[in-house]
Amino acid sequence: MKENLPIDKAQKNFDSSGSSPLLSYKSQDKLALYLLKGIGLFIIFILALMIYLLFDMSSLALKEYGLTSFIKTDWWNPVEDEFGALSFIYGTLVTSAIAIVVAAPLSIAMALFLTVVLRGALAKFLGLLVELIAAIPSIVFGLWGLFYLAPWVKNSLTPFLKTTLGFLPLFQGPSFGIGLLTAGIILAIMITPTITSLTREVFKAISPLQKEAALGLGATKFEMIKIAILKPSLSGILGACVLGLGRALGETMAVAMVIGNSPVISKSLFAPGATMASIIANEYAEAEGELHLSALCLIAIVLFLVTFIVNFVARMVIWRNNRRVKK
Amino acid sequence: MKEPMKDSMRDLKLRKLKNKLFHMALVLSALIVIAPLFLVVLYLLGKGASGVNLDFFTEIPKPVGEPGGGMLHAIVGTFIMVTLGSLISIPVGILAGVLLSEFEKGPIQTALRFATDLLAGVPSIVIGIFGYLLVVVPFKSFSALAGALSLSLIILPIVTRSTEEILKLVPNHVREAGLALGIPRWKVIFFIIVRGSLSKLFTGIILAISRAAGETAPLLFTAFGSLYLSYNVKEPMASLPVQIYNYAISPFDDWQAQAWTAAFVLILIVLGLNLTARLVFEIKDYKRK
Repeated sequence: MKENLPIDKAQKNFDSSGSSPLLSYKSQDKLALYLLKGIGLFIIFILALMIYLLFDMSSLALKEYGLTSFIKTDWWNPVEDEFGALSFIYGTLVTSAIAIVVAAPLSIAMALFLTVVLRGALAKFLGLLVELIAAIPSIVFGLWGLFYLAPWVKNSLTPFLKTTLGFLPLFQGPSFGIGLLTAGIILAIMITPTITSLTREVFKAISPLQKEAALGLGATKFEMIKIAILKPSLSGILGACVLGLGRALGETMAVAMVIGNSPVISKSLFAPGATMASIIANEYAEAEGELHLSALCLIAIVLFLVTFIVNFVARMVIWRNNRRVKK
Repeated sequence: MKEPMKDSMRDLKLRKLKNKLFHMALVLSALIVIAPLFLVVLYLLGKGASGVNLDFFTEIPKPVGEPGGGMLHAIVGTFIMVTLGSLISIPVGILAGVLLSEFEKGPIQTALRFATDLLAGVPSIVIGIFGYLLVVVPFKSFSALAGALSLSLIILPIVTRSTEEILKLVPNHVREAGLALGIPRWKVIFFIIVRGSLSKLFTGIILAISRAAGETAPLLFTAFGSLYLSYNVKEPMASLPVQIYNYAISPFDDWQAQAWTAAFVLILIVLGLNLTARLVFEIKDYKRK
């Protein structure tokens, strides 16, 4: 004990020397940690509050219809207070599906182009351009879609699709420009940056040794990409696409402006429709009557749950892929 | 022996052809991916740039039918709400990022990371409903405050995540050096680690702000929009994105023209902020090398 005394004293002196802190360093750190934890708890609380308020508000519609019949009914009539979300779920799924089908191959190709073909400054510049697409506000895409893309779809794309693929029920019927297809294309443009940058990360994680080995065996660049890049990153690419899908599901303004906003289910992709997000944007501010508001809130919860599940799945896939690649 | 030789030559040619075709497909895809950026920007330039004049920045809208008028009210409104939202969420976001990166995993950290991921994935329209239920319903009025709160929830997860990522890049020996000098840990964290990463944190913050400046959905039924200049956060307030939306779907030609001009100004602001942030990051990175 006696040997320890000088050190104890030194410690005491150190603690109370100079500016003589009110608290020892240890308690200062503890206090800081408590404060940060408090902030963390606050954020968690806000999220919990969000979920609670949404459920609270939608409980009226939930009681009236029940969740399963609400999402199975395609009848939406605010005047008669009859609400079902099926047509919006359909619109959301169809537009997101178009977006993924169009965006996934292009984004993967873009990511390959940026990691394998291009190098240095040019790749950096093109990468920056792709990220700038992500920075364009949704409302601007909507405006552009309404006045530029929709007429283009009506006058150029529709006739082309009708002559080449017109035998499918998907591409029949009149086109007004605004509709599911246009919304899907806008969404595709909006999610390419997400998928591209995530896929790029996946490709970057692959060890260069693998590529060199493939090339050294006499593979062409195309074969090298197939064997050494695409194959091992398949699950990572899948995760990136699912995350892109998650973005497409919740996208609001651009879709609301070009989809036509009519709660119908039609086989034709040229037909107008509505998505869960777009119906909320369109009707919430003008909704009269508790039940209408409540039904819109219930749609928000369905949307919330769907995006949550999709994002969760994507994160799991990417996380597992990264762990596998790093091994 | 000759036959297989010929076969393999043909095979090689085929493989080379495939390679070339694939290469071309990649270039073509890249062009298609980039094309919308130029189409949007050039179209905005053509439609909106001509409407940019002094009136646009100094006047509020005139009644329908009267020519002229500007969007001062929307520019001021966007500025006020984005600033308020940032003031709330940036400190909170940075502190949350510090908690995630500087302290060992505990139940709160795990829950916080989950919450941040979840919040980042919540569609912005749902955040708008939350703002409505949280502020508009109890105060019985659309308000800029509700809009600012909704925007803060857009900014928060972006700032938290980027802070965490950036602080994790700081090598451990910096922390050890600080602690070895006998400085308390919280001071090491805030005065050495956070301070040393300020320019990079700044990049994340600016990106988050530029994102919020362009958001429409969370403002639709929180701030709602107005046609008058207002500095009162308890009242409805205009913002550029909502104004663009309202004008774009209106049947009046001069309102639609105003929407184009507003979109042009908005994209200048957003892309300008974005490029500035990235440039700052690049320059700092370059200097370090």
